[in-house]
Amino acid sequence: MHPRDLLNEAMAGLLARPARSALTTLGTVLGITTLVVTLGVAATAGNQIVGRFDELTATSVTVEVPENPFPLVDWADVSQVTRLRGVVSAAALAESEQSANLSVRSNDIVDPTRITDQTLTVVASSPSLPAAVKGRMVEGRYFDAGHVARGDKVVVLGQHAAKMLGITRLERAPAVFIGTQAYTVIGVLGDLKREKSLASAVLLPPAIGKRYGLSIVTRVLVNTGLGAAELIAEQAPAALSPGNEALLQVISPPSPTRARDAVEGDVNALFLILGLVSLVVGAVGIANVTLVTVMERIAEIGLRRALGAARRHVAAQFLLESTLTGLTGGIIGASVGIVVIVAVCAAKQWTPVLDVRLAVMAPAAGAVVGLLAGLYPALRAARMEPVDALR
Amino acid sequence: MPEPVILLDDLTKEFPTDPPVRALSVINLRVEKSGYVAIVGPSGSGKSTLLNMLGLLDRPTSGSYRLDGIETTTLKEGARTKVRGSRIGFVFQSFHLLPHRSVLENVMLAEVYGAGPRTGRRKRAMRALERVRLSHRMDFLPGRMSGGERQRAAIARALMGEPSLLLCDEPTGNLDSKNTDAVLDLFDELRAQGMTIVVITHENEVSDRAGRRVRITDGILAEE
Ligand SMILES: Nc1ncnc2c1ncn2[C@@H]1O[C@H](COP(=O)(O)OP(=O)(O)OP(=O)(O)O)[C@@H](O)[C@H]1O
Ligand SMILES: [Mg+2]
Repeated sequence: MHPRDLLNEAMAGLLARPARSALTTLGTVLGITTLVVTLGVAATAGNQIVGRFDELTATSVTVEVPENPFPLVDWADVSQVTRLRGVVSAAALAESEQSANLSVRSNDIVDPTRITDQTLTVVASSPSLPAAVKGRMVEGRYFDAGHVARGDKVVVLGQHAAKMLGITRLERAPAVFIGTQAYTVIGVLGDLKREKSLASAVLLPPAIGKRYGLSIVTRVLVNTGLGAAELIAEQAPAALSPGNEALLQVISPPSPTRARDAVEGDVNALFLILGLVSLVVGAVGIANVTLVTVMERIAEIGLRRALGAARRHVAAQFLLESTLTGLTGGIIGASVGIVVIVAVCAAKQWTPVLDVRLAVMAPAAGAVVGLLAGLYPALRAARMEPVDALR
Repeated sequence: MPEPVILLDDLTKEFPTDPPVRALSVINLRVEKSGYVAIVGPSGSGKSTLLNMLGLLDRPTSGSYRLDGIETTTLKEGARTKVRGSRIGFVFQSFHLLPHRSVLENVMLAEVYGAGPRTGRRKRAMRALERVRLSHRMDFLPGRMSGGERQRAAIARALMGEPSLLLCDEPTGNLDSKNTDAVLDLFDELRAQGMTIVVITHENEVSDRAGRRVRITDGILAEE
């Protein structure tokens, strides 16, 4: 039998009942559409999550300095890290439990008789903190090396702490009191991208911090260039505390590829199951209709056998009919799916991630579904004895 | 002496029902080339069963059937199918035309499963339709045609591929006398061209035109 004749006969078989053929493809269309949309949207959404994830943490490295009989990291050692290739900014912090809840007062500027008293966290930091937390000086300035060296009694307030203390402007050099000591507020730090809790803190130069038990560096925040985090995470401990690097604990971002895989893996697994279930439903639909068709066309099968069709010719025709049904469903499903992805992305203002393989694989998957669905009906058709089929 | 087209030797067919039905009992039949045989007999006597044997649509329980000198009872399924497709033309009582295909396509279908070339198939089908004087209906769907026209379309399909044996089950059952005459004239013509024809019929008009009449009664064949 010539392949073109086989294709002709299968096409004629499908077109003989166009409405039924169209309805039969519907299940596969739904299945493939679901699959394409879920895979496509999952990939796009996964990409969005990873995108945000990258921005936030892919370049953040934190070195934690544990308690130790002698200080492991000196304030000046931060410059050793800053010098490493791939480091964008770095800052040292001192935090302690006893300084976490200190009473901080301010005299209200509008009404000096009203005294605002707040319980705030007090943190000592190196002068490079604003860059290290990717923040912005909302008001004034951060303390610099000069302030540190002179032991000036100055503080910078986190944006949130400033609000709580009622300090909005610095022209009149407002003061805050930590316990009984007065300090001049020289700046307000806001818009933190990292260590957002520092927005509610009072930030001191290390020399002042000593008074509140904040003399020893407890953490070093490092920002790296994209892709440098892994290397810096390895090098930073040795730069900070040569010989004691093993004692320092480094918190580095998970490698970006792993993050992407994890996110996409979770989302895709769920969506994939959904799509596959729809496909199975589509396959059952095709199998059902093909079987009904075989039963309706028993006389036709008998005639074809009488005209010299072998069992495999009969099987091939019904297989091809179901495969073409599945393929049509796959093509329509893939097209509808891609349109839906683009629409979803337009609505969510995402950048669509369209895998070209999806556009090719989806129709192929439809064809495979049709082929599998046609196996049993085709077998039934091929098994028919001509004499029984013609009765 | 050339091989006969049909040579049945002690052919028997039993259906394995409970109790078994012996539909054909030790049949011996010889039909030479250009032979024209009418099979008659009461309902349920085994006429269709015999025609199914001759058409290789069913296998006998015992005995031998040589078609054009080929022993068919020992042939494998695939070889039987090939012999059936290439040497036998069928005209079924209920036509078995595909309702969604034009008359021409229905006739062309007879060559789809053969080994012959695709080129010229359309021309051959048109020639077959000419022989049954149905060229003017070649683009019609079977449902739009009269019973006689459908019968002629079925005959045209059977003539495609020049079979050596034409098997017809009640070929004129649905036809008026005018159409019956036309079909019988065509059979005479085909026979004159060397085709062998076996016809099941209830009608004397048909069996009278055949050169030979055999009667089946309860599975037993007798010449008349
Ligand atoms: N597949 C079968 N299984 C069992 N018995 C069968 C089968 N086919 C035919 N028979 C029996 O074999 C006998 C012959 O049947 P057949 O169809 O050959 O009769 P027929 O002469 O063609 O009758 P009619 O003129 O009514 O068409 C009948 O008794 C019938 O019941
Ligand atoms: Mg009969």
